[in-house]
Amino acid sequence: MLQVISLLLENKPGALMRVTGVLTARGYNIDTLTVARTLDPELSRMTIVVDIDPVLRAQVIKQMNKLVNVLQAVDLTEAPAVCRELVLVRVRAPLEMRTAILKEAEIFKARVIDSSTEGFALEATDDPEKLDEFIQVMRSYGDIEVIRSGAVAMSLEVKKLRLQPPVATPSAPRDANGASPARREQDTAVEVTEEN
Amino acid sequence: MSNLMSGAKMLLECLVREGVDCFFGYPGGVTLPFYDAMYDHHIRHILVRHEENACFAAEGYARATGKVGVCCATSGPGATNLITGLVDSMMDSIPIVAITGQVSTKLIGSDAFQEADTFGITRSCTKHNFLVKTLAELPQIVHEAFYIAASGRPGPVLVDVPKDVFQAQGHYAPVTSIHLPGYKVFTEGHTGQIKRAAQMIWDAERPWVYAGGGIIAAGASQELRELAEIVDMPVVCTLMGLGGLPAEHPNFVSMPGMHGSYAANMGMSNCDVMIALGVRFDDRVTGRISAFAPHAKVIHVDIDPAEIGKNRAPDLPIVGDVKRVLERLNKVLAEATAERKAKNAAARKAWFAQVRTWKQEFPLAPSYSDTEIKPQHLMAEIDRLSGGQAIVCSDVGQHQMWAAQLIRFNEPRLWINSGGLGSMGFGLPSAIGAQFARPDKLVFAVVGDGGFQMSIPELATVANYGLPIKIVVMNNGYLGMVRQWQELFYNNRLSAVELDCFPDAEKLAGAYGFKGRTIDKPYELAGALEAAMREPGPYLLNVKVSPYENVYPMIPAGAAINEMVMGPPEPVAVPK
Repeated sequence: MLQVISLLLENKPGALMRVTGVLTARGYNIDTLTVARTLDPELSRMTIVVDIDPVLRAQVIKQMNKLVNVLQAVDLTEAPAVCRELVLVRVRAPLEMRTAILKEAEIFKARVIDSSTEGFALEATDDPEKLDEFIQVMRSYGDIEVIRSGAVAMSLEVKKLRLQPPVATPSAPRDANGASPARREQDTAVEVTEEN
Repeated sequence: MSNLMSGAKMLLECLVREGVDCFFGYPGGVTLPFYDAMYDHHIRHILVRHEENACFAAEGYARATGKVGVCCATSGPGATNLITGLVDSMMDSIPIVAITGQVSTKLIGSDAFQEADTFGITRSCTKHNFLVKTLAELPQIVHEAFYIAASGRPGPVLVDVPKDVFQAQGHYAPVTSIHLPGYKVFTEGHTGQIKRAAQMIWDAERPWVYAGGGIIAAGASQELRELAEIVDMPVVCTLMGLGGLPAEHPNFVSMPGMHGSYAANMGMSNCDVMIALGVRFDDRVTGRISAFAPHAKVIHVDIDPAEIGKNRAPDLPIVGDVKRVLERLNKVLAEATAERKAKNAAARKAWFAQVRTWKQEFPLAPSYSDTEIKPQHLMAEIDRLSGGQAIVCSDVGQHQMWAAQLIRFNEPRLWINSGGLGSMGFGLPSAIGAQFARPDKLVFAVVGDGGFQMSIPELATVANYGLPIKIVVMNNGYLGMVRQWQELFYNNRLSAVELDCFPDAEKLAGAYGFKGRTIDKPYELAGALEAAMREPGPYLLNVKVSPYENVYPMIPAGAAINEMVMGPPEPVAVPK
C-alpha cells in the first residue's frame, strides 16, 4: 500500500530541505517527492511517498507540522484521496511489434507522444500501482527507458486549515528589568488541537 | 529626525525593541559593520573567548531568566563553532537567537574566504533559521526570530546576515506585527481532556507527578505546587525540572532516572496514575521504556504535539502550555465534591507513606571520609552554603549527578546544566551568562576537571568583567563518568580516561589576576568554600576528591528503572 504524505507549505528557500530533513534525520528514504506552487503563489503543495510504519509515520507527520514553514501535513495513506503519477516510456518497436504495442498502450490509456522508425515514446497517467503494471507490460517488448514523475495526491475531504493569526511585536523598548510584556499570552489565539 | 540607517544599526534597534540588554559574541571579518555600529550604541556586548562559549553563555543567561539569550558570531568558523551550543539549546528547549555574519550576497556560494553554508548546516540544529537576503526584510526577520525562539516550545533560532546587508542603508520603519501562518502554538489545552484528567487523578490510589523542564520553561512552579498540595501526592522533578517544586517542599521526592533516588524510581514503577508535565520520557529517566511505569495510566501534558506518544503512548494527552493547563486542572480538582476527594484518600495516604518509607530507607545522603574529600561531601558543603538559593551551573559528568542529587534548589532557574545534549565545557560559560543575567545572585560553576579544561579560556572573560563566580572544580583526575562505565561494563579496562597534568589552580587563577587554591583534606573544605564566598571577585577552588568514587544509585543501560544498583559491587575475595 502506497504511503502518501501531503503537505501545504510556504514557497520559501529552504522549506523543502526542512521537510526532507525530518525524514533524513531518522534515516528514512523517500520513494517519490513532488512539489509545485499552488493557486496562491506564496504556497507550495508537496506530495511525498514513503515506506515507514504507521506509528513512526504519525510521529514524522507531527514533526513536519511543527516546522514553521509548513501550514499543514496530513497522512493520505488511509484517507479518501486520489493519487496520480505520470510516466514517460520509450519503447523500441520493430515493425512487426508496433501494432501490438499500440494496442497495449491503449488498454492503459497511454498516449503516443513521439513516433519514429526506432519506436515510440509513450505517456501515461494513472495511479502509481497501475503504472507499475504498464511498465511491466512494456518491458515484455524489450529494453525500455522509463521516467516517472512521482505521485501527486489530493485529499477528497475538506480539511479546515488552522493558521496562526498575526501577532504584535514588542511596541517599544522594554523597561529596565527587561520584563517581557506577556508575549506568551498572545499565543492563545489558536484553537485547541484535534485530540479526541 | 531622519531614520536612514545601516542594516547593522537596524539590527541593534530591533534587539533593543526585543528587550535585549546584553549579548555574547566574538567579532570577525563580515561582522565588522555590526561591531562598528555597536561602538557607540548602549547595548552591551560581552566578548567571550570562543564562539561555542558565546552560545553557552547566552544559554546561561536564558536559563537564569527565561528571557531570550542572544549570541553572535562571524561567518564560517565563527558560525560552525556555535553549533554545539545550538544543539544544546535545542535539546533543552532554551530560547536563543544566534546572529551570524555571512559573506556578501554576491559571494554566497563561491567558496569565499570564511564562507560556510550556515543556513544549511544549522537547519537541523535550530527550531528555525533565516538567511537575510535584503535589508528590507531584516527587521521583520529579527522579530520573527525572537517570537519563534520564545513562544511555544522554546528553542534556538539563527539569523544569518550577509555583510552587504549590514552595510546597506535604508529607512527604518519599526515592524508592528509579524505573521507566521504555519507556526502553530497550542497553549490552552482541551477542556474535556482537562476534566477527564481531574477524574483520573481523583480515581487514583497511587498518583504520581513526573515534572520536567516544561515547568521551568512555562513558569508553572506555583501551579505545580498547588497541584501537589490539592491532591497531596508525591512529585519528582527531572534533571531539567529541578527547582520546579522547592526541594524542601514536603511533597518533593527527588530526581528520578538513571542516577535518581530509590524512592523516585520505585514510585515511578509502582504508581497507578502518572501525571507527566512538560517532560519527554527521556531514556535517562525511563530506563528500558517497555518496562517503564507498567501499572500507570499516563496523563501527558506538553506544549509540543510531537512529544505526545513519541516514547510512551499516553492514556490521556493534553497539548498545551503546562502553566495554563495546570491553572485550569487545579481549579477542576479543587471544585470536586468532598465525597469524591475522600473516596481514595486513605489509599493515597498509604501510598505517600510508602514513598516516604522508601525515601528514608535509601536516602540520597552524602558520604564522608576522614582522609579524603568525598565528592558527595563537596556537594553537601555547597548545598549548605547555598541554602537552596544560589545559582549552580554545572558541567557534565559525575559531579553533575552528585550536584543534582545533593544540592537543594528552592526556586526555578537556579539549577543550570546541559541536560539533553550533555555538552562538556558548558559549566563555566553558562555561569558567565547566568551572572550577567543575575548580578544579585551567588553563582557557583561546579565543574569537573575534564569539562573545566574544555572552557579554561573563559577564565579570561571572568577576569575581564570581574564576575564574582565561584568556580569549584571537583577534581578526581579522571573523566569520571566514562571511567565509571569502563569499570562497570568494560571489565575495568580504563582507556583514555586519566587526566594528568591539571594546572596548579593558584597559579592559573593568579595568571588571570584572581585568587585560586587547591585543597585535598576534608577538614579544609568548609573553610575554603567560605573563603571563596567572602572573596568579592572570582575564585577558583580546585577540590581534589576521592578518585575512585562512583555515582549511585544507578540504572544500568537497558535495565528497567526499578532494577537499580544501589552501590558499588562488593569486593570479591581473590583465591590464592
